[in-house]
Amino acid sequence: MMKSLPITIDSVRKAYGSYVALDDVSLDIRAGEFLTLLGPSGSGKTTLLMALAGFVRPDRGKLLLGDRDITRLAPNKRDIGIVFQNYALFPHMNVLANVEYPLALRKTPKAEARRRALDALARVKLDGLAERDIAALSGGQRQRVALARAIVFEPRVMLMDEPLSALDKNLRETMQYEIRRLHDDLGITTIYVTHDQREALIMSDRVAVMNSGRIQQIDTPQQIYDRPSTRFVAEFMGEANIVGPGAARRIDGADASHETLMIRAESFHLDAKIVGRDGVALEGTLRAKAFRGENWLLTLALDGGQEILVCIPSALAGGCAELATGQRVTAYAPAAKVHPIPGAVA
Amino acid sequence: MLEAYPDNRLARILLWSFCALVLAFLMLPTLVVVPLSFSASDLLEFPPRAYSLRWYGNFFGSATWMAGLRTSLILGTLTAMVAVPLALLACISINRLGGRTALAIQGALLTPSIVPGILLAIGLFFVLAAQRLVGTLFGVLVGHVVLAIPVACIVLLPALARFDWNQVQAARSLGANWARAIGGIIVPQLQISLLSATLMAFLTSLDESVISIFVASGQNSTLPKLMFLSLRDQIDPTIAAISTLWTVIVLVAVLIVSLRQKS
Amino acid sequence: MTVLADPALAADARRERRFFLSLSLPALFIVGLAAILPILWIIRQSFLTTGGDYTVGNYEKVLSSGLTWAALVTTVELSFGTLAFCILLGTPLALALASVRPRVANLLMAFVMLPLWTSILVRTYGWLVLLRREGLINTALTGSGLTAEPLPLVYNFTGTLIGMVHYMLPLFLLPVYAAMRDIDANLVRASASMGATLAQTIRTVILPLSTGGIFSGSLIVFIYTIGFFITPAVLGGGKVNPLSIRIERTLSTFQDWGSASVLGILLLVLMALIGMMFLVARRLMARNKFGTAHA
Repeated sequence: MMKSLPITIDSVRKAYGSYVALDDVSLDIRAGEFLTLLGPSGSGKTTLLMALAGFVRPDRGKLLLGDRDITRLAPNKRDIGIVFQNYALFPHMNVLANVEYPLALRKTPKAEARRRALDALARVKLDGLAERDIAALSGGQRQRVALARAIVFEPRVMLMDEPLSALDKNLRETMQYEIRRLHDDLGITTIYVTHDQREALIMSDRVAVMNSGRIQQIDTPQQIYDRPSTRFVAEFMGEANIVGPGAARRIDGADASHETLMIRAESFHLDAKIVGRDGVALEGTLRAKAFRGENWLLTLALDGGQEILVCIPSALAGGCAELATGQRVTAYAPAAKVHPIPGAVA
Repeated sequence: MLEAYPDNRLARILLWSFCALVLAFLMLPTLVVVPLSFSASDLLEFPPRAYSLRWYGNFFGSATWMAGLRTSLILGTLTAMVAVPLALLACISINRLGGRTALAIQGALLTPSIVPGILLAIGLFFVLAAQRLVGTLFGVLVGHVVLAIPVACIVLLPALARFDWNQVQAARSLGANWARAIGGIIVPQLQISLLSATLMAFLTSLDESVISIFVASGQNSTLPKLMFLSLRDQIDPTIAAISTLWTVIVLVAVLIVSLRQKS
Repeated sequence: MTVLADPALAADARRERRFFLSLSLPALFIVGLAAILPILWIIRQSFLTTGGDYTVGNYEKVLSSGLTWAALVTTVELSFGTLAFCILLGTPLALALASVRPRVANLLMAFVMLPLWTSILVRTYGWLVLLRREGLINTALTGSGLTAEPLPLVYNFTGTLIGMVHYMLPLFLLPVYAAMRDIDANLVRASASMGATLAQTIRTVILPLSTGGIFSGSLIVFIYTIGFFITPAVLGGGKVNPLSIRIERTLSTFQDWGSASVLGILLLVLMALIGMMFLVARRLMARNKFGTAHA
């Protein structure tokens, strides 16, 4: 197993003219961790990745690999494995030559380079394709070659820039699993960039949500999903309802929270008994309903005028088909799924 | 484009007859030379009454013509060898720098193609005269390289703009320095464009006459300079033979490059 | 708020820029040595006597000579004559090529490209053979009885102009053809559907949309022809003397480097003047872009 290193990002700033791509970003990544940078396009996640790779020069700040300062190091001296969004495989070399390329640059003896390249190809399940031309590979196979090429020289850190965005849905799910397995086998510190929140939740040890050049929240997938610290994180991670103070009442009649609350659409039930007495209730008029296969999506207009989304699993939605728009409906959510967002205004 | 006017037959016939005449005008001088080069007589009769290869014999048998051919081929090769690498590096620089600096460099490199040849020729003549280099191969070479650089740049700049620069980043991340990234990743993938640039640079030198006329002399006279001198003096059918050979060679070269481009 | 950049990182950024800049230095050096320096040298030489002393005598001598002004006129006549014929012959050809299927157009373009790939000396020689007194064209003319006497087609202005038009036509045609090829065929259909005749469509849709190409083509013709040397030297037969020929003669025959340099500078000035004219014309054209559509 390779020795992996922690990464320290210390107040890194990058501006292009008046546009601030990275706004004093600080982040510690533990050795061997799988961390995902999640955010919409333009949030700065790729810029941060490219700064680590050495292709974007920060205006100031420090980047450390272990205790080594790499801020000013040339990209070719950083020993970081990178998987690019479009794979960036060399079309004038075959699969084996692509994977041997970093070893050739390190003057690895021919026989050893061959052995290690074939090893890496076997790890990504590409045995037998070593002599293929890049042009003759499918998208998924290219992805695997790019992975093999990035791990073959045993880098201590791996960066991946939306590596699965070009693949179709099924292949993407297979590759998510395989990339994670590869990470677990090698124990290599990995930073993964994506704009797909599901992908981030599935794959990561921790997720850092970015927006406008800043890290909004960094936490485990579950914390990020259930306990978002900002409205942006709450909404970016899935169907979230942000309701103002007073909109929700406690089922047991106790004083309702005076904070702004986040309740995910799928946290609701139509049956108060499931929720428990410390849960909350929201009452409104049914505006629309849609059957989505695994669940029903109801749109309720609260009395204050705000609309909320209520998602009821099909298995528990016996009465949903009979609901008519215009009808009064009450949705209940258990206390554990009601999360106050400090400072947010509904 | 004009299919919206299917009924306008008269206009169509007029337009195409006019075009046929213009195309004939374009082709005529190149084609007329070919039969003359095989004529047996030293009068430029058309069509020739008898055929022979004597003018080809004349050309290959003449020490002067052969020296000119040799000089031209050496110059063309050297020009391409010097101009294309310089142009490639400059184009990478232009592509990576961007902005005003890139525009300024591009502008500077394209000047030789805008300045009238006669001015470059006499200016270069003055400069070389001051260094006592008139008549040397070096003098002509410098002149040809400076004309070939813009030609090569025009081929290479768009090719580099189309190039996937992620590949260079990938190579860098895998441990390649700039020199290895250029030599191992950019050059092999620009093969076709570099080949056309080389051919264009070679042809630019081969075809160049004005600088040669002023700067080359004696043993280092190029083929175009000798042809020019001979045309000014008398109409020697040997030139028809040279012209035919020349056109055939250039056409073959262009065909090879354009076929490779397609495959 | 001003954000201070790390000076070391800023220095790295500058170093990287310098590295990329340095890649173009060899090419820039050659251009400086073999294009910029020679032009500067011509300027210097124009102020020197044969002995190497400073003088303005070269200017007095050249500018007071009638030959100089005649050469200027000839240069302009040749340039604009060539341009006129290129527009006249090239525009319809480009229109025809742009209106056929790409396959056919590419085939016909080969006819246009062939002369482009042929050496200028080969082409000049071809014209000499064709246009001579005993040449192909005169033989055909007298043989068919169209003319009693052979026409003086070469070793004069006519021959020079023919040679120059032939040289420039492909270079003019390429940008015009490209511009016309880019016109959306639906625009022509739209124009026809609104009742425009073919002539009206050409005048109000096709030509206005290809002015950019015609403009570039004209600029190319002008840049090349202003200093043309080979064609007037061979096909002019000593009777056609634009500035380029005068420069050569002053230099080779009279060994008068100073006067040749002054003539060279005149050529540069003429170039700058006509170049400015082109710029003004383009600006005027851009201003009239949204003019009326009266055909």
